[in-house]
Amino acid sequence: MQPNGSAAPAEQLKIVIVGHVDHGKSTFVGRLFNDTGSLPEGKLEQLEAIAKRRGVPFEWANLMDALQSERDQNITIDTAQIWFRTPKRQYVIIDAPGHKEFLKNMITGAANAEAALLLIDANEGVQEQSRRHGYLLNLLGIRQIAVLVNKMDLQGYSQERFDQIERDYRVFLKSVGVEPKCFIPIAAKHGDNIASRSAQTPWWQGPTVLETLDQFETAQPPTGQPLRFPIQDVYRFDERRILAGRIESGTLRVGDRLVFSPTNKVSVVKTIERWNAPVATEALAGESIGVTLTEQIFVARGAIAARETEPPYELSKFKARLFWLGRAPFARGKTYKLKLATQEVECEIDSIERLIDSSTLATIERAEAFVGRNEVAELTLHTKRPVAFDVHGDIIATGRFVIVDGFEVSGGGIIAADHYPRRTADSLQKSHNIYWSQGKVAAEQRALRNGHKGRVVWLTGLSASGKSTIAVELERELFNLGRHVYILDGDNMRHGLCSDLGFSARDRKENIRRVGETAKLFAEAGVICVTAFISPYREDRDMVRRIAPEGSFVEIYVNAPLAVCEQRDPKGLYAKARANEIKDFTGISAPYEAPNQPELELHTDQLSVAESVARIVEFLQRGDKVSDAPQI
Amino acid sequence: MDYLSKLENQSIYILREAQNKFENLAMLWSIGKDSTVLLWLARKAFFGHVPFPLVHVDTTYKIDTMIAYRDRLCKEWGLQLVVGKNEEVLKSGVTFPNGKATRVECCGTLKKDALKAVLDQHHYTGVIVGVRRDEEPTRAKERYFSPRDKNMEWNVEDQPPELWDQFKTDFSPGAHIRIHPLLHWTELNVWEYIERENIPIIPLYFDNGKGERYRSLGCAPCTGSIKSRATSVREIIEELRLTKTPERAGRAQDKESEDAFEKLRRDGYM
Repeated sequence: MQPNGSAAPAEQLKIVIVGHVDHGKSTFVGRLFNDTGSLPEGKLEQLEAIAKRRGVPFEWANLMDALQSERDQNITIDTAQIWFRTPKRQYVIIDAPGHKEFLKNMITGAANAEAALLLIDANEGVQEQSRRHGYLLNLLGIRQIAVLVNKMDLQGYSQERFDQIERDYRVFLKSVGVEPKCFIPIAAKHGDNIASRSAQTPWWQGPTVLETLDQFETAQPPTGQPLRFPIQDVYRFDERRILAGRIESGTLRVGDRLVFSPTNKVSVVKTIERWNAPVATEALAGESIGVTLTEQIFVARGAIAARETEPPYELSKFKARLFWLGRAPFARGKTYKLKLATQEVECEIDSIERLIDSSTLATIERAEAFVGRNEVAELTLHTKRPVAFDVHGDIIATGRFVIVDGFEVSGGGIIAADHYPRRTADSLQKSHNIYWSQGKVAAEQRALRNGHKGRVVWLTGLSASGKSTIAVELERELFNLGRHVYILDGDNMRHGLCSDLGFSARDRKENIRRVGETAKLFAEAGVICVTAFISPYREDRDMVRRIAPEGSFVEIYVNAPLAVCEQRDPKGLYAKARANEIKDFTGISAPYEAPNQPELELHTDQLSVAESVARIVEFLQRGDKVSDAPQI
Repeated sequence: MDYLSKLENQSIYILREAQNKFENLAMLWSIGKDSTVLLWLARKAFFGHVPFPLVHVDTTYKIDTMIAYRDRLCKEWGLQLVVGKNEEVLKSGVTFPNGKATRVECCGTLKKDALKAVLDQHHYTGVIVGVRRDEEPTRAKERYFSPRDKNMEWNVEDQPPELWDQFKTDFSPGAHIRIHPLLHWTELNVWEYIERENIPIIPLYFDNGKGERYRSLGCAPCTGSIKSRATSVREIIEELRLTKTPERAGRAQDKESEDAFEKLRRDGYM
């Protein structure tokens, strides 16, 4: 059967109605519904009958003020949503209370909207909540705003009064970064300029409210931004392990290499899962989907998947603009729960930069560090462990958070831009922004007391080439010679400092970087730090050479032919790799890049362990004697 | 993204949040179109599975075919069903059809109290309910995650803020949370989605051959049918696009007094 009624609206737009208490929000909504023929049958008669029975004048506002307590007091307490249609689309009208007491309900309503109508009473002009709501709309990310100057009938439909309010309010809105689309003179009670042009305002050439609504644009999910896929849950309903979540921004495709913050594990998207939907290899922002991965890595709720080249920040300190709704203040020294996407982490106030009265924008001067109810603050938050986030101006969904105090969601905030370091690909560059704190004991003084320089002795080579055996013997030999020496053991590192890392190429690189950084600290403390890692990539070893104090890095290529190593195979790893039980095994299924110019090369198929150790000791002593012998 | 998909994705997100946050979770299933769409959305969210029990509050005054339809879907979809009944009141006969209680009192004992008994017995801390904002004005004020205290009461004057899909999932012992994944859907949206997904729906919604159909399903004594010749989902959609009669016009208990329904809901009704 062909549709015989009105065509299906192709889209839906959510609009919030805000403004100061008694400026006529609920009345406006009632009138809008009446004048667009959107009231259900019998509703008007019902409202009239109720008013008559109660002996009170009929109020349009009672359409939205559904609670007995709201009707009794003639105020809106809670936000409500109601639907109507124009030929262009369906609208969800969100009525928000204007009383300061119910600000949390106003925010609940406004946070879900794509556009806002701000009502101002022509009689009273700009009031406290007119300003606060304007400010909060901007903070909540609502950019499409029209201002309705209501109750024009009480001002004799005066153009002068209208112009004056527009001037006053524009100045304020501009100062908080809001550019209203337009100002419209209305009288909600009489329907002036709502659905049709009013004869009372012949001077008004602008649009009606209804025309303005149809000019707003619907919000589209940010498919073009960097991918952010926060994990909501991991399901194992059958043999598949499905990571479920909603794509908050960007596009996700089968075959994508994803890095999961905060563990930084990497895997590849094997399938995109949906139920009762066509199989697809792509999913877009806004879609609640599931994915399976080619390599099983540990991922739990709270992880955020992104592409390796454009990860979120991962830090435990950031700047934010925050509004507080809780009865008890948001106070420094107290711990709260922060929820950002699907992450939850304990947090506290690090410092409050500025406290703002949102109705005047004046700075509040206060000795104690807390944010009171209905106040706004610019502050720095400190989280117990790092959170993955973005700046709100870049990616909205991962750039905002709420604060839970006890059982209650009590505040919300958006993350402000700052010089945040990225932890990942550019981690070497980012370090330039952090100043190295310099002690008063110089490296030369340490070397003089110790009798030797601090070093990073880096043993590299295939598995079973003899690195660890040499390292252990070298440590004992140097110790016996009175040297300060310590081995950074690969397994020990992975138990502690690197316990969050796996064995992907990316994680291996990060592992080597951390070992390098740690070895550097030992070397600077004057210790000879010996490491034994396969470290197959030249690039990674060169990275460590750059990290280590200048001239302290000693690269030693422990060189045994693959056949020899494979024959030794003390842990049976080569056999497993040959049997394909271990993937990406260096020398078998993954490359080993030999050093081009190592400080020392040891052919361990020809040298004994003792001989190898002796050569290293000799090399180190030579280095200590020559150019860098302490000169005091 | 079309708007039906937007509604669907939001509901799936809410269902998954509920599943993750509540150890003892259940979904109310009234057998009507809304909670059946909700059930379908759960299968979407959990890839064909429904990982929590369905609670059906049986007043014994339900229309017969509803029970047959319920049992058939349970079998076909592998659902875990928990039936709640207020046996005591049913035995005493203090119900509306017996003339011993008002409609609202009857809803209070057979639905609300029966629900409370099931929740207490199974210690559910999260209850998924298919109410929608456009059904009725107090539901228009609901939250997606809406707390009820230990007496099941709804403190409507002091609801939690709800923003950016961060929901209230922390609550004091004894309280429970009602989860409303369909809150943002309209009656028309529900039917459009039934059509798009081809969801099996109970035939009571279609013309019974006498030019009448049910628009909203409840207990037989309190649920009226409407005049309609709609015999398919498509015809219902066309009808709804033109109608100006409210959906619950056929539900008599809403009309006993001005705030009858508000009082029921404050006390813990769905």
